[in-house]
Amino acid sequence: MNLITVSGPPSSGKTSVILKTIESLKKRGIAVGVVKFDCLSTDDDLLYEKAGLPVKKGLSGALCPDHYFVSNIEEVTEWGLSLKLDLLITESAGLCNRCSPYIQDIKAVCVIDNLSGINTPKKIGPMLKMADIVIITKGDIVSQAEREVFASRVNTVNPSAVIMHINGLTGQGAYELSTLLFDETITLDTLKGKKLRFSMPAALCSYCLGETRIGASYQMGNVRKMEMGEKQ
Amino acid sequence: MITAVQLQKETIERLVVTYPFLESFFSDNNLDVIQKEGLTLEEYFNTFDEEEIENKALDKEQALNSMVEYINGMVQFLGSTEEEAIRTLTILPGTDKSGNPEQFEQITIKQSEIICIVGPTGSGKSRLLGDIEWVAQNDTPTSRKILINEEKPDMKWRYSSGNKLVAQLSQNMNFVMDLTVREFLELHAKSRMVENEEEVIARIIEAANNLAGEKFIPETPITSLSGGQSRALMIADTAILSKSPIILIDEIENAGIDRKKALELLVSEEKIVLMATHDPLLALMGDKRIVIKNGGIHKVIDTSQNEKALLEELEKMDNRVQDLRSRLRHGEQLDNVNF
Ligand SMILES: Nc1nc2c(ncn2[C@@H]2O[C@H](COP(=O)(O)OP(=O)(O)OP(=O)(O)O)[C@@H](O)[C@H]2O)c(=O)[nH]1
Ligand SMILES: Nc1ncnc2c1ncn2[C@@H]1O[C@H](COP(=O)(O)OP(=O)(O)OP(=O)(O)O)[C@@H](O)[C@H]1O
Ligand SMILES: [Mg+2]
Ligand SMILES: [Mg+2]
Repeated sequence: MNLITVSGPPSSGKTSVILKTIESLKKRGIAVGVVKFDCLSTDDDLLYEKAGLPVKKGLSGALCPDHYFVSNIEEVTEWGLSLKLDLLITESAGLCNRCSPYIQDIKAVCVIDNLSGINTPKKIGPMLKMADIVIITKGDIVSQAEREVFASRVNTVNPSAVIMHINGLTGQGAYELSTLLFDETITLDTLKGKKLRFSMPAALCSYCLGETRIGASYQMGNVRKMEMGEKQ
Repeated sequence: MITAVQLQKETIERLVVTYPFLESFFSDNNLDVIQKEGLTLEEYFNTFDEEEIENKALDKEQALNSMVEYINGMVQFLGSTEEEAIRTLTILPGTDKSGNPEQFEQITIKQSEIICIVGPTGSGKSRLLGDIEWVAQNDTPTSRKILINEEKPDMKWRYSSGNKLVAQLSQNMNFVMDLTVREFLELHAKSRMVENEEEVIARIIEAANNLAGEKFIPETPITSLSGGQSRALMIADTAILSKSPIILIDEIENAGIDRKKALELLVSEEKIVLMATHDPLLALMGDKRIVIKNGGIHKVIDTSQNEKALLEELEKMDNRVQDLRSRLRHGEQLDNVNF
């Protein structure tokens, strides 16, 4: 089985791109399944189901979705193997721009959209910088110039990635992407022992654990204060 | 080709002098090098303590490798000029949707030609444009092959972000940035690393104003351009500033600009223009049209003398309609118009 992790800011077009790409993969007889990770709610599983794909969803709720992802990816992989999938795709929404779910030696795809503004590439951390393939969507609603500027900004933060433009609505470019996703020489049996490409932040403070009260006496663990300058 | 080992030993100052484009690399990667120019890259990365590395989500090795890729990529991008001019684009036959071989030997399109693509909905027009953009090598659903300058093309066309074979004119006429025309063009020019920025920008604005009815100035915010002006700006910008030698236009309908002049502008910049359209006015402006049926190229028709004559008639009719439109706009009555 091949495993591919797809990540990207909310509503950037991940599901649209995955669905269009799977259409081409299916025509080649490749058995694909999808797992969607999200925070509070998602209907993506219904979309995948409607497309006739085996799907699982995981909601992290009060936890960081990317931390939740790593804690569950091994079991998810086992699920894919038990279904004898050729290709398992995980979709997760990057929420804090700091974490990223990419795993070493596992193909990592980041989806971002032209509408998010040309300064976005610089704001997204490892999720964009460490991806193997960067997909830029929604090119249909901006000009050629904006597409070129955006792509060049992506290139400056991740010069080694393959950058592709895909229209999530019409599927233009999705066939081309499909040719880069499945590699029949890869057989993944387990994720045990593999590592994340980038460490997740060491955030553990009282608020992570459910504290709601404000004030220094309630703050424990990893607390950091802003630089506010000299007191008058 | 520079390597990571060499890079580490260089001072930031020297690096920026040798590779001016590194400035945007540092800033886009949130690497603040001000007052650290005297340090070698290695020393610079060593100034970060654990906490900063954690906070900036920085990975030294990754940052360094990424810089090497960036430099090598840019050097190649900037160095590729005339010798790579695209003179011809050739389509070699594949199969239609039923698997039947396409009945032509080869179709060769030359610089400054306009080719229209016609065929019913779902027949495969967009797929043909897609084959060209992906420089298909018998590896798309149509099994076609695309040659450039009569040779098997370099696969870098598929993956490079700056050197794309194809630019595509959007149907949509909205800009999502809030900038003036000048700022917008500056941004684009910077991303393309053009040298004579001012001159290029002035040329684009002049060309755009030549396409649209109402003139705009460099200080006009792009968000307040009319539909026609935006489209004119996009076309002029693509013609003059895009490095891509091939322009794809997928379905443009009437857009409030002088479409004939727009096509003339594109081909005057030595581009190849491919246009999927059913508008007779546009289709007949092409030198040839490719007819698609059931996914395959069914035939290629050269625009005939009679058709060119018909085009003249159509243009006259179109001008009349435009004229009536403009008179309506100015509040006139159209009682005494005979058509
Ligand atoms: N115009 C345009 N719209 C797009 C494109 N790609 C996606 N969309 C639209 O953008 C919206 C979000 O797309 P999704 O595919 O659901 O995005 P997502 O990244 O999966 O979103 P989450 O999973 O909720 O984070 C939908 O309304 C899509 O139809 C595109 O290329 N062009
Ligand atoms: N030769 C071919 N072999 C197999 N499939 C093909 C072939 N040509 C086109 N197709 C497929 O047929 C479908 C419709 O093609 P396409 O979208 O290019 O049509 P179109 O002419 O652009 O339609 P529209 O006018 O609606 O935009 C696509 O899924 C495309 O991949
Ligand atoms: Mg989704
Ligand atoms: Mg089409």
